[in-house]
Amino acid sequence: MNILKFITAGSVDDGKSTLIGRLLYDTNSILDDQLEAIKKANRKNNDGTVDLAILTDGLKAEREQGITIDVAYKYFQTEKRKFIIADAPGHIQYTRNMVTGASNSELIIILIDARKGVIEQTKRHSFLAKLLSLKKVLVCVNKMDMVGFDSAVYEQIKADYLMLANRLGLENVDFIPVSALKGDNIVLRSERMSWYTGSSLLDYLETINIEDDKLQPWRFPVQWVIRPQTEDLHDYRGYAGRVLGEGLKIGEEVIVLPSGVKSTIKSIALAEQQLDQAQNGQSLIVHLTDDIDISRGDILVSADHPALAERNFEANICWFDNKSLDINQIYLLQNHSTLTKVKIADILYKFDVNTQEKQYSGDIHLNDIGKIEIKAAGEVVFDLHQDFPDNSQAILIDPRTNLTVGAVMIERVA
Amino acid sequence: MDYLDHLEAEAIYILREVAGQFENPALLFSGGKDSITLVHLAKKAFRPGKFPFPLVHIDTGHNFPETIEFRDWLVEQLGEKLIVGLVQESIDQGKAVEQKGKNASRNALQTVTLLDTIEKYGFDACIGGARRDEEKARAKERIFSVRDEFGQWDPKRQRPELWNILNGKIHKGENVRVFPISNWTELDVWNYIKREQIALPSIYFSHERDVVLRNGQWMAAAPFLQIDGEDIVEHKSVRFRTVGDMTCTAAVDSVATELDDIIEEIKASTVSERGARMDDKVSEAAMEDRKKQGYF
Repeated sequence: MNILKFITAGSVDDGKSTLIGRLLYDTNSILDDQLEAIKKANRKNNDGTVDLAILTDGLKAEREQGITIDVAYKYFQTEKRKFIIADAPGHIQYTRNMVTGASNSELIIILIDARKGVIEQTKRHSFLAKLLSLKKVLVCVNKMDMVGFDSAVYEQIKADYLMLANRLGLENVDFIPVSALKGDNIVLRSERMSWYTGSSLLDYLETINIEDDKLQPWRFPVQWVIRPQTEDLHDYRGYAGRVLGEGLKIGEEVIVLPSGVKSTIKSIALAEQQLDQAQNGQSLIVHLTDDIDISRGDILVSADHPALAERNFEANICWFDNKSLDINQIYLLQNHSTLTKVKIADILYKFDVNTQEKQYSGDIHLNDIGKIEIKAAGEVVFDLHQDFPDNSQAILIDPRTNLTVGAVMIERVA
Repeated sequence: MDYLDHLEAEAIYILREVAGQFENPALLFSGGKDSITLVHLAKKAFRPGKFPFPLVHIDTGHNFPETIEFRDWLVEQLGEKLIVGLVQESIDQGKAVEQKGKNASRNALQTVTLLDTIEKYGFDACIGGARRDEEKARAKERIFSVRDEFGQWDPKRQRPELWNILNGKIHKGENVRVFPISNWTELDVWNYIKREQIALPSIYFSHERDVVLRNGQWMAAAPFLQIDGEDIVEHKSVRFRTVGDMTCTAAVDSVATELDDIIEEIKASTVSERGARMDDKVSEAAMEDRKKQGYF
């Protein structure tokens, strides 16, 4: 059994909470005492049904205001899979929360109200899905009951969305017509939409393959050096970290970046278990044949396919702070286990997140997404976002407040 | 990757980030299954080296004797350092005031002792076994959760956490609570304990003991629980699904003596784990309020 992490995009009006509530309900993931707490809170929807949003709205302020402010993670599982839902607010003033939720997801469910079709919000969410390179987009055309389960409505929305996806360069899009409120095509295929021959939502989520066909050559950021320095382990020196990509194996030639020193993989261990080769995502201890100086922040890479080590590069950025990006200030760039001082050399443009048009003037404010040029005080080790998203990502920290102020995806070398 | 392998790899990664990013971290150890799982994960993260942090137990003085016995056995086995912060000491010093009445519990007083212990030893990061599936305020909490100088959590000023990048930068006096098993569910923990054959205190398994009915729940008849003629005391076969101290942790009827039985019992259960925690029943926002005060 593996894990699928997905984010639901949409607002309360699109039936997002109803959809999540329905998935949790119908997989028996809501327990009696939690239901009791909901009933006690006595919050009802306009139509008198129990408001399931209270399950996801964890903070007092959210319950009081009846809105989701922050990202909440929800967990459920079936016989086939374990699921982690990032439930993020959909409104434009919460773009940063959606970016956060999406960064921890593999698949995005985009909800479209069948009565409204593709709207501005749909475009914004789809743009973010593209920006963050989510592996799959599932469009749920919701409220099919409100349009008489009409296949023509669904087909029109599908055609409209495919045009949008094409324009954005979004691949891997699937569609399901649903009624979250009535439960159509959620767990079981709906008899009222016999014209639809695909899977139900749950069936889709349980079976969709999100593993990459081909992984990128491995990278191994060193988090910690294990040196017991005891009598019997006097010379022991293990590099601990989590491997990205594939192909890390014994005998493999490695380059240590940014120093450029070369060595060879002597052994690989997962705790006490010795491995011949590593799997993407494993937390391991690696030993090299040579006794060289490696510390936290260094990245071991395949000598045949090294990563980039550069000081100047261009990146997409989503801004998270109330204080706007300041090109005169020094920030810290954190990628993997490394902190590097950086300056923003230039703001190249920013996106209108609703129309995706580029604007060539103006500052980058809270929730803005734009492209910047970064100048680093030392070499930063990365891959380009288009080649290897997992090794192109970083955050910006404001050293005065220590807050995380930006999400960075490196697009090209400057 | 199998889901338990994935969760394990993620937790080990987080523990190593703590080691790398902080000067003086600690692992909060309660003697419960979640913190025992953390210790097991720390072994996977750092052996054959020593842990880069001590274990810290905030002892209410009302713990199950079985938990304390287990704690001491585990520390002995590990060869790691244990620091104990005593709630009784905070009471004696007048920093914490004992609650009165039949439902008195030292659970809330732990916060005082915890914050004192953090200050005394200068810990800049405290690793805890909280999980997001436990409680709705916890569902919102970050993996690296920053607390101010007064130990307070401000849910509205949390740092966004992107990808797996953890920002542990803090100002002097602040500290970070770290939750490596945030993404685990109760069932995941039990399945992992089974897979890894992790030892647990005996009270997690079915046993017979005297229990007293309080607010609809069976509590262990402990010497420091006020029991009078009106109380119903019974001798029952029970186990503890969650282990806090004796005043706030209720027993559940159970004949589960093996891990497989427990896993089946949890799968079939229609109430949540925190349903057996009196401390969460105080109000809708009981956990959020306690966390704001500095509770872990």
